Amino acid sequence: MTQIGIPQLCLVALVGASGSGKSTFAAEHFGRFEVISSDFCRGLVADDENDQSASKDAFDVLGYIAGKRLAAGRLTVVDATNVTKEARRQLVELAKAHDVLPVAIVLDVPASVASERNRSRPDRDFGPHVVKRHTDQLRRSLKGLGREGFRKVHVLSGVEAIDAAEVVREKLLNDHRDQHGPFDVIGDVHGCRSELESLLETLGYIIERDERGRPVDASHPGRRTVVFVGDLVDRGPDSPGVLRLAMGMTAAGHALAVPGNHEHKLVRALDGRNVQVSHGLETTLDQLAEEGEEFRAAVREWCYSLVSHLVLDDGWLVVAHAGLKEAYHGRASGRVRSFALYGDTTGETDEFGLPVRYPWAGDYRGLAMVLYGHTPTPVPEWVNNTLCLDTGAVFGGHLTALRYPEKQVVQVAAERVWYEPAKPFPTAGQTSGATAGRTTDDANGTVVTGRGEDELDLTDVLGKRVVETAYHGRISIRAEHAAGALEVMSRFALHPRWLPYLPPTMSPVATSSRNGILEHPDEAFAYFAEVDVPTVVCEEKHMGSRAVLLVCRDAETAARRFGATAGESGAVYTRTGRSFLARELTEQLLQRVRAGIESASLWDELDTDWVLLDAELLPWSLKAGPLLREQYAAVGAAARASLPVAVATLESARARGLDVDELLTRTTERAVNAAAFTAAYRPYVWSVDGLDGVRVAPFQLLASEGRTGHDHDHLWHLGVIDRIVTADPVTFRATRRVVVDLASQGSRDKATRWWEELTASGGEGMVVKPLGNLTRTRKGLVQPGLKVRGREYLRIIYGPDYTSPANLARLRSRNLGHKRSLALREYALGLESLERLTRVEPLWRVHEPVFAVLAMESEPIDPRL
Amino acid sequence: MLLTLTSTAADATDLGYLLHKHPDRVQAFDLPVGKAHVFYPEASDDRCTVALLLEVDPIGLVRGRRFGGDGFALSQYVNDRPYAASSMLAVALGRVFRTALQGRCAARPELETRSLPLVVHVPALPCGGDPDLVERLFRPLGWQVSTVTGPLDPEVPEWGRSPYVDVTLTGDVVLSQALGHLYVLLPVLDGAKHYWVTNDEVDKLVRTAGGWLHDHPERDLITRRYLAHQQRYVTDATERLAALDDGSPDAVIDPGAAAAGAGPIATASVPAPGSQPDISATEPTMPTMPTMPKEPEGTSSTEVAVPLRQHRQDAVLTALRDVGARRVADLGCGEGALLARLLSDPSFTQVLGVDVSPRELDRATRRLGLDRLSDSQRARLTLRQSSLTYRDAALAGFDAVVLMEVIEHVDLDRLPALEANVFSHARPGAVVVTTPNADHNPLYERLATGTRRHPDHRFEWGRTEFAGWVETVGRRFGYSAELRPVGGVHPELGAPTQFALFRRDSGAAAGAA
Repeated sequence: MTQIGIPQLCLVALVGASGSGKSTFAAEHFGRFEVISSDFCRGLVADDENDQSASKDAFDVLGYIAGKRLAAGRLTVVDATNVTKEARRQLVELAKAHDVLPVAIVLDVPASVASERNRSRPDRDFGPHVVKRHTDQLRRSLKGLGREGFRKVHVLSGVEAIDAAEVVREKLLNDHRDQHGPFDVIGDVHGCRSELESLLETLGYIIERDERGRPVDASHPGRRTVVFVGDLVDRGPDSPGVLRLAMGMTAAGHALAVPGNHEHKLVRALDGRNVQVSHGLETTLDQLAEEGEEFRAAVREWCYSLVSHLVLDDGWLVVAHAGLKEAYHGRASGRVRSFALYGDTTGETDEFGLPVRYPWAGDYRGLAMVLYGHTPTPVPEWVNNTLCLDTGAVFGGHLTALRYPEKQVVQVAAERVWYEPAKPFPTAGQTSGATAGRTTDDANGTVVTGRGEDELDLTDVLGKRVVETAYHGRISIRAEHAAGALEVMSRFALHPRWLPYLPPTMSPVATSSRNGILEHPDEAFAYFAEVDVPTVVCEEKHMGSRAVLLVCRDAETAARRFGATAGESGAVYTRTGRSFLARELTEQLLQRVRAGIESASLWDELDTDWVLLDAELLPWSLKAGPLLREQYAAVGAAARASLPVAVATLESARARGLDVDELLTRTTERAVNAAAFTAAYRPYVWSVDGLDGVRVAPFQLLASEGRTGHDHDHLWHLGVIDRIVTADPVTFRATRRVVVDLASQGSRDKATRWWEELTASGGEGMVVKPLGNLTRTRKGLVQPGLKVRGREYLRIIYGPDYTSPANLARLRSRNLGHKRSLALREYALGLESLERLTRVEPLWRVHEPVFAVLAMESEPIDPRL
Repeated sequence: MLLTLTSTAADATDLGYLLHKHPDRVQAFDLPVGKAHVFYPEASDDRCTVALLLEVDPIGLVRGRRFGGDGFALSQYVNDRPYAASSMLAVALGRVFRTALQGRCAARPELETRSLPLVVHVPALPCGGDPDLVERLFRPLGWQVSTVTGPLDPEVPEWGRSPYVDVTLTGDVVLSQALGHLYVLLPVLDGAKHYWVTNDEVDKLVRTAGGWLHDHPERDLITRRYLAHQQRYVTDATERLAALDDGSPDAVIDPGAAAAGAGPIATASVPAPGSQPDISATEPTMPTMPTMPKEPEGTSSTEVAVPLRQHRQDAVLTALRDVGARRVADLGCGEGALLARLLSDPSFTQVLGVDVSPRELDRATRRLGLDRLSDSQRARLTLRQSSLTYRDAALAGFDAVVLMEVIEHVDLDRLPALEANVFSHARPGAVVVTTPNADHNPLYERLATGTRRHPDHRFEWGRTEFAGWVETVGRRFGYSAELRPVGGVHPELGAPTQFALFRRDSGAAAGAA
């Protein structure tokens, strides 16, 4: 047996004359779908596997399939003669386009054998001259295959060698998925040996020294592994010392390392290539000159051997010097290496003439954490699950490590400025403005919760999308609904950073069959009893607009946690993400909420410096003034103007002896209904001056730092909120409530009477919720609440005359199924966004379910439900 | 809804012959718009009154989906149609009194053309808050008009007057003419038509009003109002979402007055209730539309000939030619006014129109006649949805990007996202930006001090602010900018429109290390 090794992920080109046994070889050594045969593709496009005139189209198909497979990271074998340089060139291009290694396996059999095999196959009647030509072309090609770009070339000469071959799949050099750490990933050291020693000691490593006291290894009693992100050398005081330690650690298995651009250049310099000796390379070369030739050779070998990036921990962690976009993870090509070493640039130059680096991390949407260095930044900041660990140690900043998987930042301050940067380097202590408050305590391992310059991409929201939710599985968003939501989100909503949540729609209760009404508490109780919820809470439905309040303890918190740029301290927004109030009024209102939270001592109790509140904002006329005026009041005015005249006219007709009794009765009734309609909307209207007259009725604490609210029962929520209300009963309004034991008819009756009294005195109705809050049963998620609206309130929804028996009969046939399903999906999306928010996930991840809620709301559905 | 018509002629009950409805009977008619009742509350020799009472079923209106609404607008059940004299009443009138409307009376042919002393009473007539309009419409036709307007809601006095008037018309008019006046003018007074307008409507208008419309001083207004609502009455997503926020139903889209094409990312969806129109963009875009308000042109009335919008487009096209742009993206293309001009010049080989509003893109598709373009024309044009506050890879690689009257529609705190997306991610060779010059605003007489030219403008910059922004953006992203005036330049207040042409610095070409 001869073993031939190929990378686990590569494009294999089988090369051999017709009849050389390629298909047999492929079938024996590769999976059924791994092999794409050109003959088969000719058959697909031309109904004939040997139709040479279809070769071009066949190759297009082959290339398309191979491309899809390679993009998905699947090994692919191309079974074609591939005896011409042109044919192979296309395969090498294809491999490069997907950043996988091209490999050639040559099956070189004597022409006579191949011809003999073809003779036995009736479909291959093209004669021996074809095989001869193939064989000649192959022979001429053999030497040049490496130059053509194949990274591995296996030539199997003769039938016996082919039969004896065994294909072995080898891990890629960057594939360390089987290493699970824990790791300590260390940023750019740049010759700062002393700081590196301090950092390692802070991290708990024990340093070993040689007879001259130089550190040569470090190990961790907890069996942790260091990963260096590269740029160990240049600029700093002791690059050889850093190298000696890092080389010792890697040799001992205590560390891994990726190369930085400075190592890359150092290798070229040590090889005697013509490189520009600048950016601190001169320092390193001088320092190395004082070391022995042997050490220099070891340095050269070590740096040369480093693999451009590492994929660790089952693919959950990727380390590369300048970072790496997702498509390049675990791939191998020139441009992957170049990206890993140098990153991307935008083409811009900054005021110091330095290239501006392309913020690839802003585009990053991968699930793997990417750790890197290369670009010095004052404070490490998470951007879309990536973190830059270069905090400019050599420029007088910090040397930074991240503990993985703990996500703890550990830093030591530079002992001094070792190298003057080309442009001023703001260290953490000196920052001001936008970055203020984002500093982390040195070396004590705080979790960095700051957010970076996350930018949202159109592909984060547009098109058909599927959002994975923790509580309701995969939720699909249709493309046209997303398109409908884009305009509102782009033009009218607040900046997405202020919208970590949009409230879900709520379903009404099943339609009641009782006389004269459409909704009744009975059906709500029956629904929850049916899904085995033992206790529910009935909460008064406030007569306002749904509002979400994001309240930060101060502007600094808002800047750090939510990226506020203009001194905002939070937001107050509607169901579609619009701001309720002008900026100044919003701040005034937030100030009042803060005062309430303060006096209820909630910041400390909840161990948070921001809260997200679900609330109603009153009066309704504040937001819906035009609707009330132009729709409701206008209908009332038209009715008042016309119905009394109609009644009088009918009465005259009756006086003449005409039979208009029925019409008169009906018209008189309608006049009464119109008056009731006007009376129903009036409680929603009062005038407001600034904040005077504005009332807030919070009813749930959606989230605070590190925790979501849906695992607390509703009495907890209302209890906490009652304390805020007590602090400022003018601004805040309590939510009246009744707890119902569904097993007790008496308890149900009591709640029903409460609802009747509430709605008889002009109240809107109530919402019935499972007392325990988030409830799941074997059948899945339970509705978070059902609204039971009052008889008179529904007049402004269904029209003044809806209570007439004929109208009610028709209105009862309303389909709640879709609304129910929508309410559950939106509820799950809301929970998802809150959980992502509290896990400090990137903005695009939080925005995804939020946008999905808005997209769902753009779905056509009866708005009266 | 109710309408009464009284004759005080001698033998007043002849009215029954003219109307073909017996004064002693109560008749009911099932019509598509509801149930119409005709009866006579009084019928004596010297005074005879007929009443037309139409019972509209709002639930049927929604459920039946007969009248163009898609049933998803909250406004449908709560509707003034059952009470106010609207186009529905006109329909009922036309059906119930069809023969009378045609002026035929077999029983009393001598009455067909005789003027009668008539009194028409409509207790709730919508007039859009403009009772004068009733006067202007009916007076030229020989009616004495008296109107009474009540409060919108007596308990909420700050809401002011009702949009409905109680109208009494008195005059000596031929009955068929009187019915014709009502048949045409009720829908004209009623802003919202309940049904689709077709070509038949033009015929109907000519047939019914042919005799008197031609010389009516408000002829244009009548024609326009009667026929103008040719918008698709489809509730789209934006409207539904606005309704979620309790926006009033008419706030989102005002089909008759859609002032389109000024280039905001979506013009027509914008106007807030009670807002003034965009005075910088109110001229008609559809050549078939009758007269629309003209754009004020500052103080120099002699320049009115060329609207500012035209100046802007000219300036943009000039700049695009100056930089030799061939592949051009128009961001916030609206319904495609600039796209049309780009397409008509073959030197623009690739044109991309982008808007955030699917509705605007629909309009652009129709307006540009995409289906009728030749293959070669069609190949040059792409229309797609995008947003300037989200990054979009498809915007990369253009010679020039146009932001014509767009930036002022973006909230200031989202402007950095737009800047990054255009200047850094899309990174075209050139960027053209136009925006109003706030310094110039005092020259607009209709514009109250301190207000903006369009209710959706999130900001309007003076020259200093704009120049500062241009300078900062240019420096940050490696573009050199040139400012050009657009429109008539006022010696102190500058041009009405500000204009910047950014060119990418050659040293900072995309991809350079």
